[in-house]
Amino acid sequence: MVHFTAEEKAAVTSLWSKMNVEETGGEALGRLLVVYPWTQRFFDSFGNLSSPSAILGNPKVKAHGKKVLTSFGDAIKNMDNLKTAFAKLSELHCDKLHVDPENFKLLGNVMVIILATHFGREFTPEVQAAWQKLVSAVAIALAHKYH
Amino acid sequence: MGHFTEEDKGTITSLWGKVNVEDVGGETLGRLLVVYPWTQRFFDSFGNLSSASAIMGNPKVKAHGKKVLTSLGDAIKNLDDLKGTFAQLSELHCDKLHVDPENFRLLGNVLVTVLAIHFGKEFTPEVQASWQKMVAGVASALSSRYH
Repeated sequence: MVHFTAEEKAAVTSLWSKMNVEETGGEALGRLLVVYPWTQRFFDSFGNLSSPSAILGNPKVKAHGKKVLTSFGDAIKNMDNLKTAFAKLSELHCDKLHVDPENFKLLGNVMVIILATHFGREFTPEVQAAWQKLVSAVAIALAHKYH
Repeated sequence: MGHFTEEDKGTITSLWGKVNVEDVGGETLGRLLVVYPWTQRFFDSFGNLSSASAIMGNPKVKAHGKKVLTSLGDAIKNLDDLKGTFAQLSELHCDKLHVDPENFRLLGNVLVTVLAIHFGKEFTPEVQASWQKMVAGVASALSSRYH
């Protein structure tokens, strides 16, 4: 079980409180689909994903991105118990969605990049370290129920 | 071997033209050592790495970071032949330095994060995609002589 220090939790929650979940969610999912184009295979029903601007402007991408990031927000309230917090989503991603767990790491990396673009210098090495730990732990928790 | 389009090359070189190799090099290596602390094992001779601020201020970290990033600059002039460009460095990292190739991917991700911090909104999804392709190509080239 991953253990987060008090400083790490503070670094994560203070940045999170300044984030616009709707915009950031759409941007995170959009960037995933642009930067790692094979991930588009999971979103066949989303319509036009033919170019970066189509992807980033796609309303289904934005809506689903918001959903994903809202779920991330729940994780942040449960940093000491991520495996339980993500147990059901883990089963869903394995049994129904058939998503390779490697993609959770890719999404986590995209989130770190977005935080970096939004927060600039405020995204210090220590803050980055805390967030990298969080996204890794979320990826592990989401992979936990895979079989 | 990853194939770089004309747009990729244009994107990469134009951003690179605005990068201060000394600053970004030091910051990238520093952040690697902070965010992925096990990487410090390769830098025993660097002195004080006891805290994030010690690492980021350490002159050996800065100097070596500059060296690493200068080498990356050479790669950018040779995007169509990364394996050739990095052949000797690949042998060095395997035979002498004994660096697990996974660390090349980590450094690449840290570099992308540092660029995101510096360039903010200018680090668009398309720019990120080209750079992600770049760092993946470099990591692959650096691993190519491993045995």
